[in-house]
Amino acid sequence: MRPFTALLAVALTVALLFLVIPVAAIFANTAPSDLIHSLGDASARDALRLSLETSLIALAVIVLVGTPTAYLLATRRFRGRSVAITLIELPLVLPPAVAGIALLASLGPQGIFGGHGPQLVLTTAGVVVALTFVSAPFYIRQAQESFAAVDPRLMEASRTLGAGEARTFWQVAVPVARAGLLAGGALALGRALGEFGATLMFAGSFRGVTQTVPLAIYERFATDFTGALALSAVLVAISGALLASVKLAGRRAFA
Amino acid sequence: MKRVLLVAVIALAGCGANDAHLTVSAAASLKQAFTAYQANDRYSFAGSDQLAAQIRAGARPDVFAAANTKLPDDLYAAGLVEKPKVFATNRLVMAVQPDSKIDALGDLGRPGVKIAMGSPDVPVGSYTRQVLGGLGPKLREAIMGNVRSNEPDVAGVVGKVTQGAVDAGFVYITDVRAANGRLKAVELPPPLEPQVAYAAAVVKGTKHPEAARRFVDGLPGASALSDAGFGRP
Repeated sequence: MRPFTALLAVALTVALLFLVIPVAAIFANTAPSDLIHSLGDASARDALRLSLETSLIALAVIVLVGTPTAYLLATRRFRGRSVAITLIELPLVLPPAVAGIALLASLGPQGIFGGHGPQLVLTTAGVVVALTFVSAPFYIRQAQESFAAVDPRLMEASRTLGAGEARTFWQVAVPVARAGLLAGGALALGRALGEFGATLMFAGSFRGVTQTVPLAIYERFATDFTGALALSAVLVAISGALLASVKLAGRRAFA
Repeated sequence: MKRVLLVAVIALAGCGANDAHLTVSAAASLKQAFTAYQANDRYSFAGSDQLAAQIRAGARPDVFAAANTKLPDDLYAAGLVEKPKVFATNRLVMAVQPDSKIDALGDLGRPGVKIAMGSPDVPVGSYTRQVLGGLGPKLREAIMGNVRSNEPDVAGVVGKVTQGAVDAGFVYITDVRAANGRLKAVELPPPLEPQVAYAAAVVKGTKHPEAARRFVDGLPGASALSDAGFGRP
């Protein structure tokens, strides 16, 4: 092996070990029977149910609003476009605690829009708001890139053949970009499932109402490490399955 | 796990530098008092139960200070810390917004009142449940039914009340004082008031045993603590 290739291989090995060992330790630390036993706990199941529900609702909202947003940003040039893109991507780089403060400052009871409309803090709807805020950019960014990568000649052909804008969007752009859209959706869903800080600050932690899996893991850490490991293992399994299905879908779409 | 790593990294960094800056894991309610007590040390403020769990998981701060005596005693029994020292007392109160109409524990059972408290495992949450345990079952259930959030530490409870997310929360009198007028304390009926005592201990294996012992020994009666509203043991 050439020295440079050997160097690259060493880097890969270090990266793999560093990233894989902590995750593997979740499963190595405890017997599978203990893990399964811990999941029999009603509050663990409440947390799992709540996490799945709120994350899926957040994803639905994100896809519904984010897809046309991404399409617009990918296919039109207008003043302020790059500003809009930057603003949409901003939550990507915000610490979750900042996201929590931002949501309180805007939608909290003393926030600038707080006095009006339904109260969101400490409610399940508040969890959905927090998840949507932090995960939307993951989808929109990916969707925008996927729409931008659609061959413009395909769209032109569609229009030349008499299809309107809307029909071109549904029958050409979305099917061609679907692998990227799926990947973006999976990333957003994974981020939503893992959200912790913004949820705790904006929605609090109450079993069955606002205590999602990451909050339940944090609460268990002090008293029930096995229970915390069990919930972590489930999150790893779900996120791993998400990632794998996206890779498979992507491969099929390009095959 | 992230927090354990963080504490470990901070601890390692502390050992590397040769200037005996202590790493102190302390109850969230000690934040103001401790940063005034020794400003140059490295503090990790969180729920005492989380900090104790980090020490059990292998984190090695120099000093552990908890909002109760049980957690340090348990770590002492497990051989992880030196003999704990009780260094301060505190009082559990209800915190409300300054213009709140809530002025008695009984008000918390009214329909529509929203409450935040510590989760059962963090000291502030366990004191709170102790108080509620002294009430009649009807009022207790009414109050528990109004709970909207079980926070991992007292800072979370304070935040939920100051933000108006809830109408009242159970915190320490020192938290109300630290909030600089943004909170008002409603005292609990004296017979129900729990004994709140803080204990600190030097963590075994510390690289700075002398400095850590000085830190702990200097706590009882320190002006930083009395200024913050803590009582002498």
